[in-house]
Amino acid sequence: MAVLYLSAFWLIQANWPLTMAAAKLVTGWMACTILAIARYGSHTTPPSETAWPQGHLFRIFIIGINAMVTIIFSTRISVWLAISIPVALGGLYAIGLGVLYMGITARAFRVIIALLTILIGFEIIYSAVERSILVTAMLSVINLGLALIGGYFLTIEESEVAL
Amino acid sequence: MNAPTIWIIIPLGLAFILFLLPSRDWVKYVAFSIMVLFATMAIALPVETTFQMGETMIKITPSLTILGRRFNIDSGDQILLALLYFSTALWLLAPKLAQTSQRFYSIAIGVTVILLASLSVEPFLYAALFIETGVLLIIPLLVKRGQSWSGAIRFLIFMSLAMPLILFSGWLLSGIEANPGDITLVRQVVILLAIGFAFLLAIFPLHSWIPKLTESSSLWVVGFVLWIFPTAIQLFGIGFIDRYSWLRDSPSLQQTLLTTGIMMILFGGVMAGFQRHLGRIFGFAVMVETGFSLLSIGLGSSTGIELFISMLLPRVISLCIWAYALEILSCSSVSLRFRDIKGLARQHPFAASGLVLSHLSMAGLPLLVGFPLRQYLLEATAAISSSYSLLIMIGLVGLFISVLRSLASLVMAPEKIIWTAQENIPQRIFLSIGSLSLIILGIFPQWAKPLLAQVPFLFDHIGR
Repeated sequence: MAVLYLSAFWLIQANWPLTMAAAKLVTGWMACTILAIARYGSHTTPPSETAWPQGHLFRIFIIGINAMVTIIFSTRISVWLAISIPVALGGLYAIGLGVLYMGITARAFRVIIALLTILIGFEIIYSAVERSILVTAMLSVINLGLALIGGYFLTIEESEVAL
Repeated sequence: MNAPTIWIIIPLGLAFILFLLPSRDWVKYVAFSIMVLFATMAIALPVETTFQMGETMIKITPSLTILGRRFNIDSGDQILLALLYFSTALWLLAPKLAQTSQRFYSIAIGVTVILLASLSVEPFLYAALFIETGVLLIIPLLVKRGQSWSGAIRFLIFMSLAMPLILFSGWLLSGIEANPGDITLVRQVVILLAIGFAFLLAIFPLHSWIPKLTESSSLWVVGFVLWIFPTAIQLFGIGFIDRYSWLRDSPSLQQTLLTTGIMMILFGGVMAGFQRHLGRIFGFAVMVETGFSLLSIGLGSSTGIELFISMLLPRVISLCIWAYALEILSCSSVSLRFRDIKGLARQHPFAASGLVLSHLSMAGLPLLVGFPLRQYLLEATAAISSSYSLLIMIGLVGLFISVLRSLASLVMAPEKIIWTAQENIPQRIFLSIGSLSLIILGIFPQWAKPLLAQVPFLFDHIGR
């Protein structure tokens, strides 16, 4: 996630002032820290989601499919929204990853990570069309809020397992 | 002094202070007083008018700029503000239940204020960001220990997915303003908006979080969520239609709203008729209510908007009483499945009566508060197409069947169980006043007229 936020920062700073793009990076890393603290503070082993497709091969396959779909659509999106191809590629790829991850998990914590990934993708694309400080601030609040909710879910899950 | 500071920033600050306070019973009364105070101020203090307070002349200006964007509350919005705050006060007034978290009171104020901010921000499309913030605030209250969280998670997912769609469509709308003849762009915006609002309003088939939530979360909190979010989102949607003439005058939009509304009524009503869980029935009844709201907006005239506004008060009373009654019953039963609630009406007659009355009101039984509006909507849709009114009738029949099945389960018990009222005195009073108001407002619907007089000032074009 931290690498994803760094990549997003790299793409966003092409359209935004460095300070505002840095604010996004800092917020993203704060969200990562919250999730990491919650995850490593948790002593429960997450139950395996056997109902969902598993295995490295399957994951590499869907990541490959996502990359292909992203490459196919990024040119059209870049023309439609009048944004550069790297931004469209980065944004769409992150959105696709988030949607795929959400599709193969039912665990609350992972759903939050998927939502954050979708949000990163959206923010990359949206940064090319909107530069409002209020929107940046609100999106930062939402990022942090989602991370806190993720941490909360994990804490509740652990307390239920302990009982 | 400006209106957004008075009605958004100060209540939000007070909600935050309440959140930090230790869990005490008086927090609830403070929260209730805050909402009543600010609702009363919304009625008593006119915006943009100079008035005298003691020896000081005061003028409340309508706007406040934060981070380069404007929050605007003008005199036309004040009646809506008062209505929202009084309605939230009603949720805070209900006697505390064992299952209700103490944090509910501060978070309910916070969510109400944030959703009000969503309606006052300019450009108004940023509302999607505020709605998402409100969702994040309420999520912890929807997670009930020992129960499935899938409803809460789906609620979060669907609301979160709507936000980017609405924000993108807002950006594209600026392109339409510059070039109104671009049909392709208009189509793209409409598709994005439609999907975004379908997520936000849980339009079929994106409704799955509602029955899951009503099955596994605290019904009191869910009731609040199912009242405040659809209401704020529908007002946001009307604001959308009001602002853009190409959208306002589009016959296909009206047709889409009518069709979607009827589909929601039909689906929600029929599904309610087949449920065996009181919470799930509640969820599907809320879908029917959303359907009626869409139907009224789809009528497209000022009458439609008047009907929509008229439905706000009956809706909040019905949902509040229904959710409260369900929460009382759920405290006394393993679950709200029919097999587990048999005979509960004999031990909780006030809760059972409140539940049945609010259910019947939503189904449109004559002499109850839901009846006049449903009758008017049925007449209006029959004038467009008789098949429309037939489909609505089928949905309402489904709701009637569900109320009969609920009633049968609630009173069904061996003869040896005697009738006793296990609700405490405050609960009895709250449920009795609520149930009576369902009847009285049904007999005297004209009492809502003063509210309707303000409708033309709520929206610039659509209500006039």
